[in-house]
Amino acid sequence: MTATAAPPQAPAPTEPPVHKPSVRKRLVPYWLLLPGILWLLVFFVLPMVYQASTSVQTGSLEEGFEVTWHFQTYWDAFTEYLPQFLRSLLYAGTATALCLLLGYPLAYLIAFKAGRWRNLLLVLVIAPFFTSFLIRTLAWKTILADGGPVVAGLNAIGFLDVTSWLGMTEGDRVLATPLAVVCGLTYNFLPFMILPLYSSLERIDTRLHEAAGDLYARPATVFRKVTFPLSMPGVVSGTLLTFIPASGDYVNAELLGSTDTRMIGNVIQSQYLRILDYPTAAALSFILMAIVLIMVTIYIRRAGTEDLV
Amino acid sequence: MRTPLTWLRRNLVVIAGLTTLAYMILPNVVVTVFSFNNPSGRFNYAWQEFSLDAWKDPCGVADMCGSLGLSLQIALWSTLAATALGTAIAFALVRYRFRARGAVNSLIFLPMAMPEIVMAASLLALFLNMGIQLGFWTILIAHIMFCLSFVVAAVKARVLSMDPRLEEAARDLYAGPVQTFLRVTLPIAAPGIAAGALLSFALSFDDFIITNFNSGNTVTFPMFVWGSAQRGTPVQINVIGTAMFVIAVLVVLAGQTVGNRRKKAQPK
Amino acid sequence: MTDKTAGGDVRLSGISKHYGTFTAVHPLDLTIPQGSFFALLGASGCGKTTTLRMIAGLEEPSTGTVHLGDREVTDLPPYKRPVNTVFQSYALFPHLSIFENIAFGLRRRGIKSVKKQVDDMLDLVQLGQFAQRKPHQLSGGQQQRVAVARALINHPQVLLLDEPLGALDLKLRRQMQLELKRIQTEVGITFVHVTHDQEEAMTMADTVAVMNGGRVEQLGAPAELYENPRTTFVANFLGTSNLIEASVESAGPDVVVSASGTTLRLPAARCSTTPRTGGKLLVGVRPEKVSLVPAAEENAIATGRNKITGRIAASSFIGVSTQFVIDSPVCPELEVYVQNIERDGRLVPGAEVVLHWNPEHTFGLDADQDIDAGIETVEESA
Repeated sequence: MTATAAPPQAPAPTEPPVHKPSVRKRLVPYWLLLPGILWLLVFFVLPMVYQASTSVQTGSLEEGFEVTWHFQTYWDAFTEYLPQFLRSLLYAGTATALCLLLGYPLAYLIAFKAGRWRNLLLVLVIAPFFTSFLIRTLAWKTILADGGPVVAGLNAIGFLDVTSWLGMTEGDRVLATPLAVVCGLTYNFLPFMILPLYSSLERIDTRLHEAAGDLYARPATVFRKVTFPLSMPGVVSGTLLTFIPASGDYVNAELLGSTDTRMIGNVIQSQYLRILDYPTAAALSFILMAIVLIMVTIYIRRAGTEDLV
Repeated sequence: MRTPLTWLRRNLVVIAGLTTLAYMILPNVVVTVFSFNNPSGRFNYAWQEFSLDAWKDPCGVADMCGSLGLSLQIALWSTLAATALGTAIAFALVRYRFRARGAVNSLIFLPMAMPEIVMAASLLALFLNMGIQLGFWTILIAHIMFCLSFVVAAVKARVLSMDPRLEEAARDLYAGPVQTFLRVTLPIAAPGIAAGALLSFALSFDDFIITNFNSGNTVTFPMFVWGSAQRGTPVQINVIGTAMFVIAVLVVLAGQTVGNRRKKAQPK
Repeated sequence: MTDKTAGGDVRLSGISKHYGTFTAVHPLDLTIPQGSFFALLGASGCGKTTTLRMIAGLEEPSTGTVHLGDREVTDLPPYKRPVNTVFQSYALFPHLSIFENIAFGLRRRGIKSVKKQVDDMLDLVQLGQFAQRKPHQLSGGQQQRVAVARALINHPQVLLLDEPLGALDLKLRRQMQLELKRIQTEVGITFVHVTHDQEEAMTMADTVAVMNGGRVEQLGAPAELYENPRTTFVANFLGTSNLIEASVESAGPDVVVSASGTTLRLPAARCSTTPRTGGKLLVGVRPEKVSLVPAAEENAIATGRNKITGRIAASSFIGVSTQFVIDSPVCPELEVYVQNIERDGRLVPGAEVVLHWNPEHTFGLDADQDIDAGIETVEESA
């Protein structure tokens, strides 16, 4: 046997060379990041800076705008458009709740009960994406048309009486009411709720259901104590993916609503593109961003999920 | 005992789920049906009579097919760019340890956690302040920006689930860094990259809010639809919408059938 | 199969690896002779895989050099080293067929006509009909053979195996151990095998290096390590040892020790430390070397044998043998394995017994070490 193991304290004949990773190797991740991050810095972060500066400018389109640190704009914009802010949060919140309520059974169905139909159902959930959402939203104008079968049906079962009482519809009209806007928002963001829900439900080992059943849990208890808690990551990312875009949306309010259903998105859009009051528009979008970020942060802390990306 | 009530209770989830599905599909059905309509006025919201006119002449509306081509072009370029940039970032995030990882992660996450209108407005603020002419290029810049994060998320998920030993095995088997990347890393990450690219394409093609702010006088397809909702909706819009839906479903189903056949051809 | 006459030994000199402040491998000198089957044995985290990866080039050593024969390869990337690895859980390329997996190394080296070689290799590992399958369509044992074939086809100077059998069930593992041994004898390539399974190491390797805490504890042929462990870690990690704390009564060629009033003898040649009269010594004996008789038959035991009295605490029937745990004032839990030739009905729990064995079978260890070293870790990584 020629193999030998020297005790570690035995001095090596010469000082062993010490190796260090080369500088070139250590720079690799930075080179990979550089183009993309640069893009985001210039076209995402820098615009925020410009918008921040715009929001504290005063002046007019004819005379030009100038930074005067006029923070008053924020307060003025906030108080003037408070109803629209509240409406946005209310509509987006209602739509998110409806998405969860409607989306959960479908996600559950696809994950656990669909069998060989699973792929077809998934395709049907995703496929509407491929038709422009504006075209699909316009279709709701036809579906909810005054005196159409849907409205007549809702009227017949007394649904519209309930929504009228809630202030979401007026008389026997659905179009141009808050209900139409919420309905459109719900419709538009349902896939964003269903897909994360599905992917977290799909990961649940069905043996857990059997184990819970074996341990004397009734089906409803199994759902409450096992399935739903395990699907929380999907619930959290689904609600975020629904609420965030819904709160800034103005398409549904514009196409399906009326002047009484204007959301904050509509205000920002018209301030920027029609009235050309840039400082107010900039201040409004910053306020919206702040509200959404604060709500999202609190929500994520509460729900205890941080790996959303 | 099988009373209707117990049947209903057992199948409650199925019934509720299918109702939701119907709610999601209904607008597509309406779009399809109304592509065969011959409306009396400028708006295609009420059924009049059956007609194939729009299908025979899908580009019969001024500027519509031009806007469609522009949208496809922008979607293609922004997909290519966002996929390349996003894939690089995803690899850096998963495969390397470096300073500022947390900051990079937040920077990637923020565009997804922000109402689109905020990004739209701030980009407009940038372009206005810098005196940049709004049009094709500003739309492209904006689309690459918001697609980037989604590509990173999709690719990252795939690369995270990839066994790093596969790359070591390749290096051990005489593949240099370039060969390792081309022969092993890229093929295995491909589904994630493809998912990111597909998502980018769909997001870019269908984007309205950011485009509306930053397009100037350039009209993409969603911009065209938006405009027509004010001036009058031609039936051809429904034709395009129906065609897109049918093509998408067929492509996906065909892909799955091929995948299934391949699985069956090689039994375990 | 090998045409490398100038191959030579693998020589590691002063090689070590640090991760920040953690030292995975302490400076290590190791020579692995050409054509040998060498095993690095140890519990998880002992530095054996790191050592292997430094030979492969997948890990850069913090200090030291790696030589293959006369050639220094320390700074060569893995794709330039004539060394191939069979990875833990195989790392087969999931997107390539079995054929392409095996051909991968040949193709990267620019060899055009690979068909013949790959087919031969598929035959060697008996997977000819699976050439066009994808890895996930194969069983664990088949995947393992593909991993071996994929590495061997390159005629490496050294084949590195990183826990290659860890994912297989017991029966298949035994089968593959013999299979790998056969292949190694056939191709004559140096195999360096990393494992935490002591039986696997002893079955397959000519030389075993037992590693613990980033250091080689002991190195030698399996029988040498088993019979003459030099540390408590080796004594406990390789098989089972009864270790008894004793004080030295007289030192000479024959060492006499006493433990709780019982006198035991052992040859000084089998002590890993020089015993000094009045000093402490750990006395060890393997469970299968010990015989067991009921206390009533104590007089029938030949003189000159080491004797301990005790009571049977537990017994378990294993088939080929019965394993007894003996409670004794000398040592609380002595293990004894008795071959099931003629089973003595009196050897039941509670029975008073006498243990006896040939003093030549006793070994002595330095008492300044943890008597239980190497016990826990075995169970952890099993």
